[in-house]
Amino acid sequence: MAKYLLLKHYRGAPAAVNDVPMDQWTPEEISAHMQYMHDFAARLEGTGEFVDGQALAPEGTFVRYDGEGRPPVTDGPFAETKDLIAGWMVIDVDSYERAVELAGELSAAPGAGGKPIHEWLELRPFLTAPPTIRE
Amino acid sequence: MDEALLRSLTPRVLGILVRRGADFAAAEDAVQDALVEAVRVWPADPPRDPKGWLVTVAWRKFLDTTRADAARRRREDLVEEEPAPGPTPAVDDTLQLYFLCAHPSLTPSSAVALTLRAVGGLTTRQIAQAYLVPEATMAQRISRAKRTVSGVRFDQPGDVATVLRVLYLVFNEGYSGDVDLAAEAIRLTRQLAATIDHPEVAGLLALMLLHHARRATRTAPDGSLVPLAEQDRSRWDTRSIAEGVEILQAALARDRLGEFQAQAAIAALHADAPTAGETDWVQIVEWYDELARLTDSPIVRLNRAVAVGEADGPRAGLAALAALDDALPRHTAVAAYLHERDGDLATAARLYAEAARRAPNLPERDHLTRQAARLNARRGR
Repeated sequence: MAKYLLLKHYRGAPAAVNDVPMDQWTPEEISAHMQYMHDFAARLEGTGEFVDGQALAPEGTFVRYDGEGRPPVTDGPFAETKDLIAGWMVIDVDSYERAVELAGELSAAPGAGGKPIHEWLELRPFLTAPPTIRE
Repeated sequence: MDEALLRSLTPRVLGILVRRGADFAAAEDAVQDALVEAVRVWPADPPRDPKGWLVTVAWRKFLDTTRADAARRRREDLVEEEPAPGPTPAVDDTLQLYFLCAHPSLTPSSAVALTLRAVGGLTTRQIAQAYLVPEATMAQRISRAKRTVSGVRFDQPGDVATVLRVLYLVFNEGYSGDVDLAAEAIRLTRQLAATIDHPEVAGLLALMLLHHARRATRTAPDGSLVPLAEQDRSRWDTRSIAEGVEILQAALARDRLGEFQAQAAIAALHADAPTAGETDWVQIVEWYDELARLTDSPIVRLNRAVAVGEADGPRAGLAALAALDDALPRHTAVAAYLHERDGDLATAARLYAEAARRAPNLPERDHLTRQAARLNARRGR
């Protein structure tokens, strides 16, 4: 029983094997990709392992506190930011091995030419609640 | 309304339906429906015979569902309204439900969810909240678990060890939502102990009671962890400790030692010490030796190294630690602690910081970061 975050990067991950930008796919290939993602999430709901999945807009704003009585300062978006998150899925699984297995399946989503993208997904464990029995 | 009573009746009512010939999955749904109905009706109109009421309502709901299904399939399965009493069960129904819900074909998380619902009488929503997953996900996990065990014969004897592992997980892992999982684990283990005479069931119950007794002192008001040595022992629950010790002593007297009895014995030695300094670490090391023989778990050997460090000094503890794989969870934290006791504050501070980065949960990470900061501040002076 452990939760993992599967992070999909726009930038920052190593290059995928089938590394063709989505705007150069055919519309059918895009549909097939979307269907794969949808089916994957639905299947995880069926196995009782799905927690959450969200996609993020590529452009964000940096915000920071600027002192008492002043509005927060905003900056960006920065075109040069090295790491850019595209979206995530949260899963609740019995083992690390199962999390790796599922991440591998998600990375097999079809892309250009209908072939798997082999995209690198980042797998991060959630910090848990502390166990009751420690010594 | 007495919700504890209501939920304690769950396994017996479910057992009766299954004995009458209902399949487990449908019977379980029917019992849940009956529990919901009871919560609605009982406050204004409490039944004289709560169990009889639940059986009647659950059986009616089972028949309604079965008839609706049958109609949909255009079949004419006739179900007897008043079934003949089945053969006298050889094994207690409640016990059979524990076995079924902890069946080895289930994954740990499925077994936990099914146990909490079918034996504990919790709703899917409550279980979902306790494990921080969406209700739909938990519903699927439970119905999948029911399908997995649907072919298992109800009167087949099971393995107590698998049940104990599930109950241990309920006690030890999970989040505090509406449901107090630790208290629920104790209730379910107590109920199991009343059903089957087994020293390891008693051992687990004692272990839970002894740890539960310290619960109020384990975290500070700000949520930070308080290590055992710094806990306010005057606030430990002496009734819970006394009960745990009594149950443990009766179990140990039967001379069939198992890992839960050994763990409980260690917890009892901690509970017995009026101050941390008076802890009988020599005996604790001996119990860890027993435990290592019983389980061969690297975590046990890690905890043993801590105990050796207390009994024979930090150098001895570090020597015991050196024999273990440093990739073990909490290995670095233990090394940091032993180096601090040995007076090597620079190494201890560095290891505490490293342990914090590898901590599997937030309170432990914060605790280790504070330890590193405390030593760094002292060295900076």
